[in-house]
Amino acid sequence: MVEAISMAQAWELEHDAAVVVLGQDVGANGGVFRATAGLQARFGADRVQDTPLAEATIAGMSVGMATHGLKPVAEIQFMGFIYPALDQIINHMSRMRYRTRGRLTCPVVIRTPHGGGIHAPEHHSESMETLLCHIPGLRVVCPSTPARAYGLLLAAIRDPDPVMFLEPVRLYRAVRQEVPDDGRALPLDRCFVLRTGVDVTLVTWGAMTLETLRAAAELEGEGVTADVIDLATLSPIDADTILDSVAKTGRLVIVHEAARNVGLGAEIAAIVAEHALYDLQAPIQRVAGYDTIMPLFRLEHDYIPSARRIIDAVRVTLAAP
Amino acid sequence: MTIVAEFTIQRRQILDANAVLVAPLPRFAADIGEIVKMYAAMTRVRVFDAKAVNLQRTGQLGTYPSSLGHEATHVGIGAAMQPEDVLAPVYREYGTQLWRGVTMREILAYWGGDERGNDFAGPRHDFAWCVPIATQALHAAGAAMAFKLRREPRCALAYIGDGGTSEGAFYEALNLAGARALPVVFVIVNNGWAISVPVAHQTNAQTLAQKAVAAGIPGIQVDGNDVLAVRHVVGEALQTARRGGGPTLIEALTYRLSDHTTADDASRYRAEAEVKAAWAIEPMLRLREYITRAGAWSDDRESALLQECSHEVDAAVSEYLSGEPQSTDAMFDTLFAQLPDHLHAQRATARRYAAKRGGASS
Repeated sequence: MVEAISMAQAWELEHDAAVVVLGQDVGANGGVFRATAGLQARFGADRVQDTPLAEATIAGMSVGMATHGLKPVAEIQFMGFIYPALDQIINHMSRMRYRTRGRLTCPVVIRTPHGGGIHAPEHHSESMETLLCHIPGLRVVCPSTPARAYGLLLAAIRDPDPVMFLEPVRLYRAVRQEVPDDGRALPLDRCFVLRTGVDVTLVTWGAMTLETLRAAAELEGEGVTADVIDLATLSPIDADTILDSVAKTGRLVIVHEAARNVGLGAEIAAIVAEHALYDLQAPIQRVAGYDTIMPLFRLEHDYIPSARRIIDAVRVTLAAP
Repeated sequence: MTIVAEFTIQRRQILDANAVLVAPLPRFAADIGEIVKMYAAMTRVRVFDAKAVNLQRTGQLGTYPSSLGHEATHVGIGAAMQPEDVLAPVYREYGTQLWRGVTMREILAYWGGDERGNDFAGPRHDFAWCVPIATQALHAAGAAMAFKLRREPRCALAYIGDGGTSEGAFYEALNLAGARALPVVFVIVNNGWAISVPVAHQTNAQTLAQKAVAAGIPGIQVDGNDVLAVRHVVGEALQTARRGGGPTLIEALTYRLSDHTTADDASRYRAEAEVKAAWAIEPMLRLREYITRAGAWSDDRESALLQECSHEVDAAVSEYLSGEPQSTDAMFDTLFAQLPDHLHAQRATARRYAAKRGGASS
């Protein structure tokens, strides 16, 4: 996936003179995950810039650049370091268009690694998408395959508004897939249905698509088939795809790595409760990270939902009278 | 026109890279035994560090930031501080921490993915490792505020990297500490590189020490590869702070001889010649030569020390490797003083799934 992300940035650098890539170590080093590998050599140090080590700088500079004709594609090195940037993102980037009545706009992409599972150090493994999804005026995207990373990142860069682009670290090198470098974007307002079935709807995103697909495959062996939906764009949510599926299956299990409390799963559950309560044959189940700190890596796989936990949650929905 | 402010920045050095004394020896150095003790501590951390890198390479430790090349700065600061002072480290200052009583096993536990590494048996009041850049500078200022309000003769010392000086929290800490004359010392370890970004790309300032000027506090550079100068300069700053004289910013000039961490490959962005030149002025060589010339060191003592350090490190490693893993309860047990009800249920769930798998993963 990491090559697809680099490829999408290269495409846009090549085809849109306004695009500027910036961040810590994105230049000569090509990013700590190699997501900007080779870009500075190819496009020069003005278009692919190493910033000082300051996240508020990266976000605030991006606001200034974007309001004045550039399209910054900024990298925050790990999601755990995004917090100094939030003041700029919340108070300026997300509302620049709104408060200036469209006079100034912020076509910014902030890319940041997301989630755990790679034995990284403290503060390197968090899933904080809910923080971003709660901010009006932002789009939040989280791809789950190289092809979707490529197509969605192109769409994010071309979008006229700010997009937070969360890259699951576990997928950077986990999945290999041939991705044509054709400059074709994917829609930012659609879920992706990864697998179809009739008994239960499983909604997830990012790296949790792996465990969820594994659970669905195992359940199929027991004669239980599932729709597996990759949310992909976490905000705004494509409710239609989810509601259509629930209308068919009558059962919903939401899976996310982030903590359960006020997680995005609660929003999805609320949407389904509001619009499709009478389609449901069983209470909605959430399988999520626990409401505690993402532990250091010895325990991270006890924190991250497993296929086993997903299967058990599906069984709960099937057992409902 | 009137000039309303001017500044100068001093650079202090006592023992130069050729092991020549270029300034008078400070009082602590009158006893050669004190210098030998620091040399031993520098050797100890270097031996430990090499072993830790090796453990990572063999899959027995997580990502690990090496302290190679920083030994004089780290040990000099450890020796300058009082036990009751508070250390706010970044994440590679093992030389200071070992001096202050943090154990090798704790360091290995932390980088081995086990929270118990942050629960120091030694300096209970020191801050834990601090990965979010520059945030610790404000914690040190806050601790210093506590000492000041209680009129305790204690100081806080915050480390910060050269890259960290670009963060707002660093300036905010300097500013507050200056405005309130807090008993805190800030030490910038300028090792040349913030992962792949060189200092010249962080700032157009000639020195990082001069960042003190705008906060109205003294700023000084010291040769961070000269343990005598580091201990002396930091000791003076701590003494000033302890007596109510306010904070100091010290820029220690050294070099990161290793990659940023074991997950980094510095050859992608750093010239080999620069690293080679840095090895010529690294901190151990000059000190060894100095104590040897003073008749306080020999090849025999060197090999005895190395053997002693290896034994200590090996013992810590086997303790680390054979230690009982944390149960999944560890994810919950120190989150709150009293665990809320809904977390009791989650703790039970985590236990149940760990049991199905035959224990917590490790």
